[in-house]
Amino acid sequence: MIATLRTPRGLATAVLLLALAVLPLLTQAFDQRYLLSIGTRIVIWSIAAVSLNMILGYGGLVSFGHAVFFGIGGYAVGILSANGLQSGWLQWPVAIAASVFWAALVGALSLRTRGVYFIMITLAFAQLIYYVSAGLEAYGGDDGLNISRSRFTGLIDLRDKASFYWLCFALLLGTLWFCSRFANSRFGFVLRGAKSNDLRMTALGFPVFRYRLAAFTLSGAFGGLAGILLANEGAYVSPAMMSWVKSGDLIVIVVLGGMGTLFGPLYGTIAFFVLEESLPPLLDLLRKGWGEYWQIVFGPLLVLIALYAKGGIDSLLGRRHG
Amino acid sequence: MKTRLFGPATIAALATLGMGSLPTMAQSTIKIGFVSTFSGPQAAIGEDMRRSVELAKEHLGSKMGGKPFEIIYEDDTFKPDVGKQKSEKLVLQDKVNFVTGYIWSNVLLASLKTVTDEGDTILISANAGPSQIAGELCNKNFFSTSWQNDQTPMAMGEYLNAKGVKSLYLMAGNYAAGKDMLAGVKRTFKGEIKGEDLTKWPDQLDFSAELAKIGAAKPDGIFIFYPGAHGVQFVKQWTQAGLNKTVPLYQVFSIDAITLPQLGDLALGTLGAQEWVNDLPNDQNKRFVADFKKKHNTYPSYYGAQSYDAIMLMASAAEALKGDLSNKDKVRAELKKANFKSLRGDFKFNTNQFPIQNFYIQETVKDPAGMMTVKTIATAVKDAKDPYFEKCPMK
Amino acid sequence: MDYLLLQILNGVQLGLLMFLLAAGLTLTFGIMDLVNLAHGSLYMMGAYFAWTLIGLTDSFVLGALLALPATFLLGVLVEAVVMRRLYGRDHLDQVLATFGLILFFNELVRAVWGPAGKSIAVPKFLARTIEILPGVPYPAYRFAIIAVAALVALLLAWLVARTRLGMLIRAGASNRRMIAALGVNIELLFSLVFGLGAVFAGLAGLMAAPIGSVKIGMGDDILILAFVIIVIGGIGSIKGAFIAAMVVGQIDIVGRAFLPDFLKTFMSSAAASSAAPAISQVLVYVVMAGVLVWRPTGLFGQRT
Repeated sequence: MIATLRTPRGLATAVLLLALAVLPLLTQAFDQRYLLSIGTRIVIWSIAAVSLNMILGYGGLVSFGHAVFFGIGGYAVGILSANGLQSGWLQWPVAIAASVFWAALVGALSLRTRGVYFIMITLAFAQLIYYVSAGLEAYGGDDGLNISRSRFTGLIDLRDKASFYWLCFALLLGTLWFCSRFANSRFGFVLRGAKSNDLRMTALGFPVFRYRLAAFTLSGAFGGLAGILLANEGAYVSPAMMSWVKSGDLIVIVVLGGMGTLFGPLYGTIAFFVLEESLPPLLDLLRKGWGEYWQIVFGPLLVLIALYAKGGIDSLLGRRHG
Repeated sequence: MKTRLFGPATIAALATLGMGSLPTMAQSTIKIGFVSTFSGPQAAIGEDMRRSVELAKEHLGSKMGGKPFEIIYEDDTFKPDVGKQKSEKLVLQDKVNFVTGYIWSNVLLASLKTVTDEGDTILISANAGPSQIAGELCNKNFFSTSWQNDQTPMAMGEYLNAKGVKSLYLMAGNYAAGKDMLAGVKRTFKGEIKGEDLTKWPDQLDFSAELAKIGAAKPDGIFIFYPGAHGVQFVKQWTQAGLNKTVPLYQVFSIDAITLPQLGDLALGTLGAQEWVNDLPNDQNKRFVADFKKKHNTYPSYYGAQSYDAIMLMASAAEALKGDLSNKDKVRAELKKANFKSLRGDFKFNTNQFPIQNFYIQETVKDPAGMMTVKTIATAVKDAKDPYFEKCPMK
Repeated sequence: MDYLLLQILNGVQLGLLMFLLAAGLTLTFGIMDLVNLAHGSLYMMGAYFAWTLIGLTDSFVLGALLALPATFLLGVLVEAVVMRRLYGRDHLDQVLATFGLILFFNELVRAVWGPAGKSIAVPKFLARTIEILPGVPYPAYRFAIIAVAALVALLLAWLVARTRLGMLIRAGASNRRMIAALGVNIELLFSLVFGLGAVFAGLAGLMAAPIGSVKIGMGDDILILAFVIIVIGGIGSIKGAFIAAMVVGQIDIVGRAFLPDFLKTFMSSAAASSAAPAISQVLVYVVMAGVLVWRPTGLFGQRT
């Protein structure tokens, strides 16, 4: 433990996790409630990014529809809530089950394809759910749906921003723990092996398709968890949660942070949100009115990251061992 | 250049995040948050609103009730979830006294509770007026300087009855306001509805299938609701299909000062309903329109006029309370009086805090200088109340 | 009957317009193995160039003709600055970089042309209707779209089947290494093909402008549909893109023209008219997923 702290990566990660752990105390001390709500979104998006990283980073499977799990998790909560079923004990398992079901179905069908076809078919399935949700007249259609937050009576009140944040943070830690177990298991090893050469893994007798399907399903389950949290964060669900741009953002985050690394998605999410919140005011400092055009800078930045920053932020923290 | 920006950007980012941590002092400036669309295909509407708000600021000498005021513009990027986040930022971080703006019903619906309940801040809609907020979701912190969605099409329906139009084909974008608009016209129009289409919103480009249906249905008129860029598309395709020769177009919020420069002659002669028209004969309106035209060489739209009114409404409350907005009950009570010179002439607030006002019928014409504009040709309804106020528990 | 014909024609017109956009995409995809999300930006730039040039020349035809080389040059420039560095990289890098380009172009347009949409008028000689059957008028401009797009389709078919460039394109789509081995100047070929793809996108954009409007982000949503088309058709296959575009065009029109009436037989009128467009959208994706499950590389894609 102490030895890990000596490397820049270990130190950075420890500081980061510590800062995230005490964030509600800081925001309360400085009366920065908005910062806490950005923090909450960062933590939730990190869970989604970690889950995408399981297939994208470790498995090399470019899913361009991961935001759909925001939607499935979110709408499961939203629809149950709109029908008067407020208990989180009911909502959350149903939402996870729905995500698992959809991930297994999509995985079974899409994993037969390769490369660009895989990118496109995952996008297509996500668009499918997007339009279905936009067509749900009873649940607000395109306009989305205001909901009341899940109830865990006597245990935790999700309306309290600090408690909700800590819950999300605990779930992020859980997701990270799971992901590290996953990556270092035989399962993760096969997945990474198949990423570099799936023919060889097949020849070695590993049922690559089944491994990938299992990874895709797990990834969907955690994605759904992020969706549940996102719905509870805003007390609002809408088809926009799962627009293809959101799926694109998630990919950007994973690559920005460092694919196939445990904490990369977390770094990526923080960097992404910080850029989004700070580029406009920064450009405004250079010249009043430039802030609105922040994407003129942000766009080429993405190009540069794609071209030159292969390892993402994680690689800036020094070489990895092992 | 671009690579170098990355370093300082991150540092400045942290600085910005830290900057907010100054404790709020006893307020010396009045802060107003303005949420509208400033990017993407509908950015022109946001720009028109901003110009009008800046003009209001100029007319007020940058002061309300003796205190300077600041307007913080936030871009909802035409998306409900983003609008909600921006509203949250205004309320929690900037701690504004009022939030206003809101072009889109769905953005407003998504943001409402964040502002009025969780933030206990006053929201004045300068455009959107979804039916829910006029009825069961009405809120002591919510005011409107525009209208409830159903009202404008209801006025159009009344006018069409009087004109003797026997049948209509209805079309609108498939979102909260679109549904309200069609419900509105059906509420008053007594003729036959030959068909109706709610089209994919906001990304439908092509209306050929719907126009073919209209051609086959042979109605006496088409009623549409396509705000901003979509109105341009619809009107163009309507004329290209040759339907302008056989089926007249009646519209709400689809042909206005923003779209007319793009439409030009195509829109000549079309009729619309509106609660404010640039030629309404009151002094404040004459001054607003003249100053706006002088500055921007184009006519202001109702989006702008309603935003101007929203600022003036706030100013009236600040004036009455000598700039002290700390007691929200007092602020609400002052706002409720609507004691200001509205560009549409005086109006009163109903119990749900939507205006009780007139609606006019306007025709698209060319002004003497050859610029496309609209002019009032009739008063459709007087002192109209929206059809939902009785569902609102506020009295 | 007239009505049916009119709606089929609408579907054909829509499909052909989509084909113009998809053709360029499938070309660059097939030959360079490049996922270019910014193809929609070229569609938008074509329309903005046309708007400016039509304003300068005061002629639709002339302005449109000048906009094509302008889009070509832009394509070549984008290829040289960004795309060239992406060949042989993973698709993920390409998705990321071209996603960045979309953001860049959208904001660039806003900075240069301003936020308000622009309008291109239908040229005078096409601003009328033609009676396809007695009493059934059809906009002349939409016929022009059909004609131009059909011409481009034929031209492409000829180009691919009969010319040396076409031979290289075919060779490239099925085996990239082979053309390198043939001693072809690959850099030049790739520049050329990318530029050509840009021209098709620009042409689609400027042809679509008079029926819609020239606006920021106009290519973003339609791009996804173009991707769906080339994936259904099989990446790299012009024929596949054509057939898929026609199918998608008809699905869209059927969903809007006939589905609401069908749905009304068992649901309320308002619900039916709002559910129909959603269902027709979903239908396109269901078809795509179905095709891919049945044939994992599309209808006419190369088996690997």
